Formats: sequence, C-alpha cells, structure tokens
Amino acid sequence: MTGTAEPVAGTQSATTWSADEMMSIAASRALRDGQACFVGIGLPSTAANLARRLHAPRLVLIYESGTLDTTPAELPLSIGDGILADSALTVVSVPEIFNYWLQPGRIDVGFLSGAQIDRLGNINTTVIGEYDEPAVRLPGSGGAPEIAASCREVIVVMRHRLRAFVEQVDFVTSVGHGSGRGDRELLGLRGAGPVRVITDLGVLEPDPDTAELVLTALHQGVTVEQVRAETGWPLQVAADLVITAPPSTTELETLRSMRTVGEKGTS
Amino acid sequence: MAKIVPLPQAVSELVHDGDTVALEGFTHLIPFAAGHEIIRQHRRDLTLVRMTPDLIYDQMIGAGCASRLVFSWGGNPGVGSLHRMRDALATGWPVPLEIEEHSHAGMANRYVAGASGLPFAVLRGYSGTDLPHHTDTISTVQCPFTGERLAAVAALNPDVAIVHAQRADRDGNVQLWGITGVQKEAVLAARRSLATVEEIVDELTPVPGAVVLPGWVLDAVATAPGGAAPSYAHGYYERDNAAYRAWDAISRDREAFLRWRRTIEEAA
Repeated sequence: MTGTAEPVAGTQSATTWSADEMMSIAASRALRDGQACFVGIGLPSTAANLARRLHAPRLVLIYESGTLDTTPAELPLSIGDGILADSALTVVSVPEIFNYWLQPGRIDVGFLSGAQIDRLGNINTTVIGEYDEPAVRLPGSGGAPEIAASCREVIVVMRHRLRAFVEQVDFVTSVGHGSGRGDRELLGLRGAGPVRVITDLGVLEPDPDTAELVLTALHQGVTVEQVRAETGWPLQVAADLVITAPPSTTELETLRSMRTVGEKGTS
Repeated sequence: MAKIVPLPQAVSELVHDGDTVALEGFTHLIPFAAGHEIIRQHRRDLTLVRMTPDLIYDQMIGAGCASRLVFSWGGNPGVGSLHRMRDALATGWPVPLEIEEHSHAGMANRYVAGASGLPFAVLRGYSGTDLPHHTDTISTVQCPFTGERLAAVAALNPDVAIVHAQRADRDGNVQLWGITGVQKEAVLAARRSLATVEEIVDELTPVPGAVVLPGWVLDAVATAPGGAAPSYAHGYYERDNAAYRAWDAISRDREAFLRWRRTIEEAA
C-alpha cells in the first residue's frame, strides 16, 4: 500500500512535462484494468479516460448522470454530455445510479477532487469559511458524499496548495477518515475511504494506524520541503518514500492528444 | 389529460408567485425555454428546486424570480461558478436568496419519495458530513428490522414540475430518452406539471429505453423547438459547450447580465 511505482505504459521517458500532466498521469496509473470507477468531472475524468486509453482498456467508467460503462472518444465538459450517453453500455436514471449501483458497494473506486482536503482525508466542496457567511461559496456536494461513503475505495486527485491541504476542512462535504482510524466504521460507512491522494507534487496515503495522510511518493524534481510548504499540517514522510516514475512518451502523447468535447481550438 | 397549449399560456396558468417550482433535466433536456418564459412573466418569490441549478437557475435568480433555492450542486458544469447565484447569496442582489442544500442522492431520493406518495425516503448517506447540521429536511431513522441508523430525507412535492422532452403525440403522451435524470420522478411528485417538447407528432415511434409520461399525468404540453438549448436534446441537437463557457463572463457582471436579460424579454 505504500507508493510503489505503478507499471508505466511504453518505455521511453519523456523529456519535459508540466506538474499537472504528471498529476493526471500518476492518477491514471492508480486505476487497474477491469475495475468499476465512479468518476467526478475535471481532473478525475481526465485521469480515468487516460487510463482507459493506456493500460486499462476495460476500466468501467460510471458518471452520476447515469451513464454506465461509457467510452467517450473525447473528454466530456460536463458529467452529462451527450458523448457519455452515446458511448455507454446503458443509461439509467439518477435515482437508479445512486441507489442500485453506488449505494450497495458495487463500485471499486470512487475518483474525487475537492477545494479542501484535511489531515484525515475529509473533503470540502461546499464553502470556505462559515456556512452562513462564507468567504467563498463552492458548488456543493453533488454525488461526492455518497461516492466517498460507498465505493470500495476512494482516490483523490487535486493540486497541492497550502490553501487546499488544511489541518481541518471548513465543512465536511465528503467523509474521508472522519476523526481518525475506525471512525468510518462507527459512522456506518462501508467503503475503505481515501486510500491515496495524488497531487501535482506527489502522493499521500493514510497511515495504517492513525489514518493521517503521510507523504509516500514524490514526483521527479519535487522536494519534501516543497510539499511541506504547501501542506497545512506537520506532514509526516514515509520511511520508504519513493520517486514517481516520470511520464513515458506514450503517456504524455496520449494525454496531450485528448480533447474536450466542443473545444475546437477555443478555451 | 394534458392540454396542448402555447408555452406562455402554460406558464401563466401553471406557475404562480410563491410556488415551489422544479425545472429538471440532468445536464440533458434542461427546460430553458420554459425558464425564460417564467422570467418574461416576472414571477416572484419562487422556491426553485433542481439538483443542478445550472445556467437556467442562474438566469432566473439573476432576474429576481427566486427567494429560495433547493439544490445539490450549484455550478456551471466544467466551467466554474454560477455568479448570479453567488451574488444573490452574498449581497442579496437583486433579491436575497435562501438555500436548502442536499447531496445528489438525497435530492434523487426526495423525488422518489414524493413520486411514491411516501413522506420520506431512506438512504445510507450523509453520515459524518456537515450537511445535516444545515438542512432540516435531513434526519435519521432506525431500521425496524436490523436497528441500523439510516439517513431519512423528506419527500419533495413541488407545486409545479417542468421538464423538456423530445416529442409528444396529440393526446399529450410525452416520450423522453437519453440521460433521463430525475424528470420522471419530478413530474410524478409534483401537484401540477408541464412538458415542453421539440415536436408534436401524430404517432410516437417506440424508442428503446425511452421514458413515457402518459398525457393523464401531465397538465400541459407545449411545443418549444430548441427549448433545451444551450443544453441538448438527444437525437435533435448537441450541447452548446461554447455557450456554457460564454455564460461565465455574462454572469460575472451585473450590467452584462442585465443586457442579456433584455434580449430574453424582447424575444417574446
């Protein structure tokens, strides 16, 4: 469970890449062929679609709009783009996707992002500041609380910034490890919760005893000091800290070839 | 039995000031034409219900139609924030907005309870989150068989539900397919309902997996070709992602928004 380097598609290492590209590629490597993955929009969607094009052609992608086992040729801009329905094995209603497919624990991996994550992997997508007088109003929960509660495991992908990696989130939208190891069980949550947080700097994983997020991998060229400077709690570093394998040319070229639906050269 | 009427008449008869109104359509088939007609008819003090408020509620909130919003994810999907919604929450412009906030699973199950004629629904969610502290339609219930504590959510029964669909026949039977969201549940949960459709046909051609809302569960059907744009109608036209991106700049600026609103008023 520590951050061993995942198998890398292709053999050639690329020469230059951005931190965001490294993050998407590292996140794609965390998904295994044949898994069923409940995908959030944005970074998780990019990484999941990349994985399907590389080492996991039979990755089952599920979006909360009800598209089951979808294989979009381009990245969707939204979780309900027509391309997701057109390329899906089937499309079901929103009550069905949550009640029949997600809630009973049929989904292997929930792939989430957030505005804030804390030391114990709890995620905030609701407000920064007080709920009634927020400094920033965020979109809210969407499907995330139940994805975090019910998937067998959760992988989080988000940019590593001091304002985002906080000691304690301002609002618990989605439960990670609650108040510590064992809390999920007390709360009646059935999935294992976040098993890995993949960022543009490295990878964090929960400590087996305390569930506190610990740095287990650094992306190439990043230092522990850099990660600590962007983390809002005294970050522990795993004894067997590894360096993430750099992107292969295949990975990077595939990522760069992926376009968002309707992009057509504009932003 | 559904009456087939022009959209302005349907809105005028079915949507009243102070009503709880649900315009549903999960990314797909969002009833934009009906929402714009509500703006044109200057409805006020509405409780707007919708899982994903999207651009249509940003527009209606900016136009001053709403005093309350019940929702589970309020953003411009894939683009950013809903700035009219944020402005109303933060500064009360043009009128103050209260919110009642759920998760998607919570909202979906509230509609299911409403459609089922039950007072509440249960789900294994919300536990450990901060949402129940701020939303009084979330509670807990003990399973009478196993003793497990589960989340309970109050049924949602809007005064009016409005959906957009591909087509209807002359008896007002409505056929809808693609991403079907919670439209069926919203219509069956509501006291009154309106479906806008791309076209009215003599006979409905069967479509595998299509939802059919029989004319006798609807109050009115109105033709509104292109009525879901800039969202999309599967089999008719695609989602206009550029319009979603362009809304960001309009929505950020009150003057730009007011100019946009005049184009809607004049399009009557």
